[in-house]
Amino acid sequence: MRIFLNDDMHEVSPGTLAAALETLGFGGRKIATAVNGRFVAAAARPRTELADGDRIEVVAPMQGG
Amino acid sequence: MSSFYGVELKSRLLLGTSRYPSPAILERAVKASGAEVVTVSLRRESGAGKAGQAFWSLIQSMGVRVLPNTAGCHSVKEAVTTAHMARELFDTPWIKLEVIGEADTLQPDVFGLVEAARILSEDGFEVFPYTTEDLVVAERLVEAGCRVLMPWGAPIGSARGLNNVYGLRSMRAHFPGIPLVVDAGLGVPSHAAAAMELGYDAVLLNTAVAEAGDPVEMARAFALGVEAGRAAYLAQPMEPRDMAVPSTPVIGKAALGD
Repeated sequence: MRIFLNDDMHEVSPGTLAAALETLGFGGRKIATAVNGRFVAAAARPRTELADGDRIEVVAPMQGG
Repeated sequence: MSSFYGVELKSRLLLGTSRYPSPAILERAVKASGAEVVTVSLRRESGAGKAGQAFWSLIQSMGVRVLPNTAGCHSVKEAVTTAHMARELFDTPWIKLEVIGEADTLQPDVFGLVEAARILSEDGFEVFPYTTEDLVVAERLVEAGCRVLMPWGAPIGSARGLNNVYGLRSMRAHFPGIPLVVDAGLGVPSHAAAAMELGYDAVLLNTAVAEAGDPVEMARAFALGVEAGRAAYLAQPMEPRDMAVPSTPVIGKAALGD
């Protein structure tokens, strides 16, 4: 199925957010996530099933003022 | 010492971490400033990217407390979601809440700010709202649960100093029990000193240090400005007056005229 991660399209197998993140290279990384504009806590990623067309945001710590 | 949601800070300078020439200069500037709190943000990262992880390692090595922001958020929903992401990522209830309402001045959308502050405060966040010096908005923010207020000195990154000294002074007088931080718009240490002389509890700045020719030395200069301003406030400055008053006594002056 197609998902959009930070606006980039990816083809992933149907499954959870945690699985998709692992597939796309985010395993073990210090990140926070949202799906379709809603925050998804790290603990909830393994039980968050993705659907075709879902928009995922992945953010990391960054410099800020 | 000032208390921010129960946290006592010795340094009254909070420093941003953006726009420094290099991570090494950022690290040295934070050290030179004496800041115990630095602001941080969240940005998208790709699976291959490692910038965020490297930045986080650097911040952790400094032993400072972080104040995550919602910079760049233009809606309540964006700001609230960003705050939740920040709380998980940085493991802190603190959030510097920015809801931007106007692109040229980056002026806060104070209506969205109050709404977001209420939502986040009810959810256990400890909100540091980036606001204007408007007293009514400030009242609403306190009612929403904010126990710190952060009015702007001038638009973010403008280096204009305190645009509305009267407004900032009024705010200090109106909220004697609320920690107040001038956030944004400072350019030189005398701006920070002026804020502290008004009785503000702290200042928060970033660009003035990061974009100085020598950020490390400017960080040190700001620390001195903050310290001088605070000491002056505690020393109770004299009131200005219109006419001259000789500082040297006139009585006993030698009569040398015609």
